[in-house]
Amino acid sequence: MELAHARSGDKGDTANVGLIALKPEYYTILVRQVTAARVARHFKGMITGPVERFELPNLHALNFLLHGALDGGGTISLKTDAQGKVFSTALLRLEVELPR
Amino acid sequence: MTPAGGGPRAVRIAAGQGFWGDWLEAPYRQVTGGPIDYLMMDYLAEVTMSILQKQKSRDPSLGYAKDFVPLMERILPIVVERGIKITANAGGVNPRACAQAVADVARRLKLEGRLRIGVVTGDDLLGRLDGLLARGHELRNLDTGRPLSDVRDRVRAANAYLGAWPVVDALRRGADVVITGRVTDTGLTLAPMIHAFDWRPDAWDLLAAGTVAGHTIECGAQCSGGNCLVDWERIPDLANVGYPIVEARPDGTFEIAKHPGTGGRISVAGVTEQLVYEMGDPAAYITPDCIADFTTIRLEQAGKDRVRVSGVKGRPATDKLKVSVAYFYGYKAVGTLVYAWPDAYKKARAADRVLRQRLEGLGLEFAAIHTELVGADATHGHLALERLVVDDLPEVQLRIGVRSRDLPAVERFTREIAPLILNGPPSVTGFAGGRPKPEEIVAYWPALLDKSMVEPCVELVEV
Repeated sequence: MELAHARSGDKGDTANVGLIALKPEYYTILVRQVTAARVARHFKGMITGPVERFELPNLHALNFLLHGALDGGGTISLKTDAQGKVFSTALLRLEVELPR
Repeated sequence: MTPAGGGPRAVRIAAGQGFWGDWLEAPYRQVTGGPIDYLMMDYLAEVTMSILQKQKSRDPSLGYAKDFVPLMERILPIVVERGIKITANAGGVNPRACAQAVADVARRLKLEGRLRIGVVTGDDLLGRLDGLLARGHELRNLDTGRPLSDVRDRVRAANAYLGAWPVVDALRRGADVVITGRVTDTGLTLAPMIHAFDWRPDAWDLLAAGTVAGHTIECGAQCSGGNCLVDWERIPDLANVGYPIVEARPDGTFEIAKHPGTGGRISVAGVTEQLVYEMGDPAAYITPDCIADFTTIRLEQAGKDRVRVSGVKGRPATDKLKVSVAYFYGYKAVGTLVYAWPDAYKKARAADRVLRQRLEGLGLEFAAIHTELVGADATHGHLALERLVVDDLPEVQLRIGVRSRDLPAVERFTREIAPLILNGPPSVTGFAGGRPKPEEIVAYWPALLDKSMVEPCVELVEV
C-alpha cells in the first residue's frame, strides 16, 4: 500500500525530501515511523552527514534534510542527480509497518 | 481591477519562466490566454551569475539572460496593449544593458512613449569585496564556516539577494517592466502585491503570504502539474500545460489557478509538493522581506484547477542579506560507455576497475572519482540494487567522472575512456559523442552580510 508522495530538491550539498501523506490519516503513521534515525539508516552509504526532520502537520507532510547527499552539490558534484531531484522516490522505497 | 467603491480587489500575477531555459512558449501563452495584471519571470539560479559574469568580462555589453530580449520582442506589443506589467530578474550581472536591449526592441516595435523600464541594481558586490573584507565583513561560508579570504583570489561573482522593495519602488515610479539583478525569486511576485495593495513594510503576515505565493509559482509549471508525482499518469495534457497564476487579495489570501483550456492540474497535493520543494526549516523561510512560517499555511481545493491558500503567518525580517559568491574550484570531466547483455552490469563494473587501475598506474591524482551504472544504481544507489536482478539488464551505461584542481590530470582522464572500446571488456558501444571535455567548476559560496552594507538602486529608462 502506498502511503505518501514526495518531492526533493537541493541546497548546496544538502538534499531535501518533502514526504507528503496521500491521505490525512496516514500522516500520524509517517510521524511515528519515518523518523530521522530511520531515514538515516535507509540512506546509509549514500549520504555523509546527518538527517534532520521537520513536521508540517498543516500540510500532512514531513521535511527531511539529508546533509552531505550530493558529492559537494551544484557544479562540484559528479553525480547524475547533482541537485537531489530523485532522492524523493528513493525515500518512497522505505517500508513501514501499518498499525493494526 | 478597480471595482466601484474602492481599492483594488484582486491582482493576477502569472508565472512566465521558472528558470533560465524554461519553456519559451509559456510567457506568450500567459499574456494571451486570459486576463492577467503582472507577468513574473525568474531567471537566476546560483550558478547562473558566474556564467553571466564570464560573458560580461568578454563583452561589457553582455551579462544578462539574452533569451529574455527576443521573448520580450514577441510579447511587448500585447503587454503594452493590455497594460500588463512585468517583473523579471533577467538582468543578471548587467541589468542596465538588459534594459537597454529591451528598450531598443521596444523602439523597433514603435512603442516610443508607451513603455517605462525600471532597472534594479545594487546587488553586485564584486567590485566592493576587498573594501567589505577590509572593514571586517568576513563573508564566512554558511556551510563550512570558512572566511571568504580563503578563496578571495578565485572569486568570479558576488551578489547580495535583494528583496521585493526595490521592485516596488520601480513600480511606484511607473515602471511597466522591471528588470533586476539578483532579486529573490519570491520578491518578484511579492512586489506586485505590495504595490497593488499598499502593504506596509512591517505587515509581516501579509509579506509572508506574498512570499508563499512567490515560492509556489517561482518554478513555473512545477505547481500546475509539471514534475508532479502524485497521480502523474492521469494529469491531463502536459503538452499544453498551463503555467500558474496567483490571484492575490489585499488580506493576504490568494488562489493558485491557470488559464482555462490549458493542460496540467492544480490540486492541493500538487501545490503541497511545490511548497516543500527546496525547503529547509519550514517554520523559518527567510527572505530579505520577512520570515515566512510554512507550518501555518492552509490549503483547500476551491474549484477545478484552483487551490486557495490562507492562514500564512510571518515574522520580522532579519538584519542580514544572503550573499551568493561564485569562485573557481577546479575542473571535472564525465565519460560514458554503454555495455550490452549478457552480463551488462558485470562488464561495466569490470571496465570501471580497469579504468581506475590505469589512472592509478599513471600516477594521476583526483580529488574524487565517481562511478555510476546508469540503468542500475545511478540515482537510487544500493536501494535500487536490493531488488534488481542485475544479470537480466539489457544494457548498462558506465558513467565515470573525475574532479581535480589539476587540468592536465583531468585532460588525461578524458583520453582513457575510448581505449576501453578495444582493450577492455566486450559488448561495448555508445561512444559516438567522442572524448569528454574538461569543464571548469565554478562553485557556490553562501554567506551573510549586514543589510546596511547594501544600497539597492532604481533607475528608469523611458522608451
